[in-house]
Amino acid sequence: MELYDIIFYLFAAITLLSAFIVVTSKNIVHSAFNLLFTFFGVTGIYVLLGADFIAVVQLLVYIGGILILLLFGVMLTNRITSVDIRTGTVHIIPAVIGIGILWGALTAIIAFKTNWIVKPADSMEPTTVGLGNLLLTDYVLVFELLGILLLIALIGAASIARREFEELKD
Amino acid sequence: MYNFLTELTGNEIIAAFISAMLPVVFIVPFVIFGVLAERKVSAHIQDRLGPMRVGYHGVLQTVADFFKLIQKEDIIAEGADRKFFNLAPYLVFVGSYAVYAALPFTSTYIGSETDIGLFYIIAVSGFAVAGILMGGWASNNKYSLYGALRSAAQIVSYEIPTALVILSMVMLTGTLSLATMSEMQTAYFWNWNIFGGAEWAFTKLLLIPFMFIAFIILYISTLAEVNRLPFDMPEAESELVAGYSTEYSGMKFAMFFLAEYGNMFAVSALVSVIFFGGYQSPFGYLGNSLGLQWLIPYEQLFWFALKGILFVLVQMWLRWTLPRVRVDQLMTICWKYLIPYSFANLIIIGLITLL
Repeated sequence: MELYDIIFYLFAAITLLSAFIVVTSKNIVHSAFNLLFTFFGVTGIYVLLGADFIAVVQLLVYIGGILILLLFGVMLTNRITSVDIRTGTVHIIPAVIGIGILWGALTAIIAFKTNWIVKPADSMEPTTVGLGNLLLTDYVLVFELLGILLLIALIGAASIARREFEELKD
Repeated sequence: MYNFLTELTGNEIIAAFISAMLPVVFIVPFVIFGVLAERKVSAHIQDRLGPMRVGYHGVLQTVADFFKLIQKEDIIAEGADRKFFNLAPYLVFVGSYAVYAALPFTSTYIGSETDIGLFYIIAVSGFAVAGILMGGWASNNKYSLYGALRSAAQIVSYEIPTALVILSMVMLTGTLSLATMSEMQTAYFWNWNIFGGAEWAFTKLLLIPFMFIAFIILYISTLAEVNRLPFDMPEAESELVAGYSTEYSGMKFAMFFLAEYGNMFAVSALVSVIFFGGYQSPFGYLGNSLGLQWLIPYEQLFWFALKGILFVLVQMWLRWTLPRVRVDQLMTICWKYLIPYSFANLIIIGLITLL
């Protein structure tokens, strides 16, 4: 085992273990905090794959943005921590049959139908310049449309917040 | 540095470990004497003497405090969520320490020569926010939770002007790497970014006023990001006891302190790398004029530490000069003043860069 492998298994273990706790925990705040470690593990795996820019975006968007918003939502909602979440099994037999068929089909296709291409790993190079060039040349339309979409979401959020504020004043 | 250590120890795991631990050798003494400096600076600003008993003029006071904190009983409140309560201080410290991975201490030592250092530094502050929220929630204390929520709201808001100013500097220099950015501001102090960068053209003169605006916006928002006065709402003693660290004692409390002072130096160093040339000397190197090449990295370390510590001292000076702002004023400063100004600055710097 090389250093690389050890680090990979470490991050994989962090991701899987914390993801398992996120799903099974009965306390919603515990789930939210464990999501932090899931995101962190995925970031580590991105770094190991040589996707440095994607890794930092994962850190910025998921940990710095989505997770913090989620925690805010959970903490500011009254009595949400005492809500009993059902994470146990309900209707175990239909669930096993459904999941079994789906999972079996997927693994069968992955195992028998896919042509796995084996090639030596690419050397790790900075990806930022390439990504920037592609975003502003080949994918510039998608990039601009996404920008407009985000702007619309921002304006929508502001207008909803403002309307409620004015209603309260009346 | 890493290559040198690999040759010295003959093992890349040990070399990576030592290389990663080097900033600790810097942070711990910095924190011990930073806390002392804070107490002394505050005392002299208020016409007091400050700690005087331990050692000459109290220079060993914080060393004694450190040993006291190690011996203290570790108290965990009964209603606290033990697991997250224990984890939170370390998570906050991870967020503060991770920044050091991308800081170029000298031209020969930088934790990770990544291409996206600046972007990474903006991103890792999420860990500190998550850690503070975790500590505030797990303490199961009203004041802690208020402090944590305030802190998170503040850091998330002030990240926007920080990111906008950094974006304008990235447009100007064309790099996200802190090492390259320092390298570009070499030789003399008029090549620093605050004086319009190293390129001699008429745009250099045009840039200077907007560089000063960018610097002031960045400095104000980094103050807010590390929860320093006038933006220390999360710990406002007169309202919230001690904010998110109310329930902590002993070494766990010390970890929060370590993270705070580590962060103070990290953002000061970041400001100095972006605007004041980082590890570059303002007027040439002694090693170059004496012909001693090995001296240069030490000189660079000296300038890097000096610039960082200077900005930390300004933070302390501000702390004991300005009164604390209210929560609504805090948000007004960010959303109604800093963000529009930094947007305008971004556009102007972009236009000048195009000229």
